[in-house]
Amino acid sequence: MTIFDSTTLSAAGIPAGSATGAAAETRSNIFEATQAAEDAVLRPKQAGAFPHGLRAALAARIANAAGENDLAERYLAGAGDMAGLADPSRDGEDEGLAPVVGFADKAANHTRDILAEDISTLQAAGVEDADIVRLCELVAFVAYQLRVVAGLRLMKGATA
Amino acid sequence: MSRIVHKFTRTVPQWQPRVTPVDLQEASEEQLDALSVTPSNTKVSAYVLTLAHDVESLKVRSPLFNAIMYDPGGMSRAERELGAIGASMVNRCIYCAAVHADRHAKLEKDTAVTDELFAKGEKADLSPRNRAIFDFARKLSESPVAADEADMANLREAGLNDEEILDLILSTSLFGWANRLMHVLGDPVREEVSA
Repeated sequence: MTIFDSTTLSAAGIPAGSATGAAAETRSNIFEATQAAEDAVLRPKQAGAFPHGLRAALAARIANAAGENDLAERYLAGAGDMAGLADPSRDGEDEGLAPVVGFADKAANHTRDILAEDISTLQAAGVEDADIVRLCELVAFVAYQLRVVAGLRLMKGATA
Repeated sequence: MSRIVHKFTRTVPQWQPRVTPVDLQEASEEQLDALSVTPSNTKVSAYVLTLAHDVESLKVRSPLFNAIMYDPGGMSRAERELGAIGASMVNRCIYCAAVHADRHAKLEKDTAVTDELFAKGEKADLSPRNRAIFDFARKLSESPVAADEADMANLREAGLNDEEILDLILSTSLFGWANRLMHVLGDPVREEVSA
């Protein structure tokens, strides 16, 4: 397993030996730590209220909304029977997850508009504080990873 | 009484969580380990105690954060801070913007760039290099990402090499993460000075 097998570099299509790949190798510790973060956020030992399949589906949903379809496909592989939620046009009502899905969408895509009320709405829907933090870490990590992928793809295009 | 800070500032506010942080007295062994709490080090911020609810993420994020912002080589520390500021302005994370504008000003020994950014936002009068860096950071932070080939070409034209561009992508994206914790899970507040 090299950094070029990591989700980030493979989703961005960065091979070893390319100019962008050579730059990535100077930061191999960062790509290794990014993969470790992905494992901790998408497939944690203590998943709380969010099983691995639901995490994968929400991650794929955020990547899809951002137009990062290759990354979304990689997340979706772990989504199991939650895969339907990867479609950003679904609101989570059928799964009984509308408050969680609505919050994830707003935190991911309209971050600046988040208010204290968005947190209290989740609390009122019965989501524990620890799970609110877990949900924010998931959304926030995916926001990071999809931007690294988007940036690397632009970088690769410019050196090709 | 404290009031919520709504305007960008270099004067770092307090951070007030919207959820109940982990109580240090009731923290698990794993949480104490991730918090690096030892008998001689028991001071932990409300922010870190909040993140300790998800101890597996907290453990991996801190080394990643430090590597992206502080590892030697590549882009200068001040320019990485500019990436962080660009993201924090897009996401309106007042707390993150304050911390990183303050760091930028201290590293540069000059407040001109962050004064200009906070006064004029994307219309700020910047050097060509800072302009290219800030515009790229801002557009990479939009949802969906708005940075394109022309923004990348501007970075190269401004003289950035591959290692610097990679560090800018990483530091900007990292604040896509940090902003979604800081700005979502808490409020930036300042104590009211009573008359």
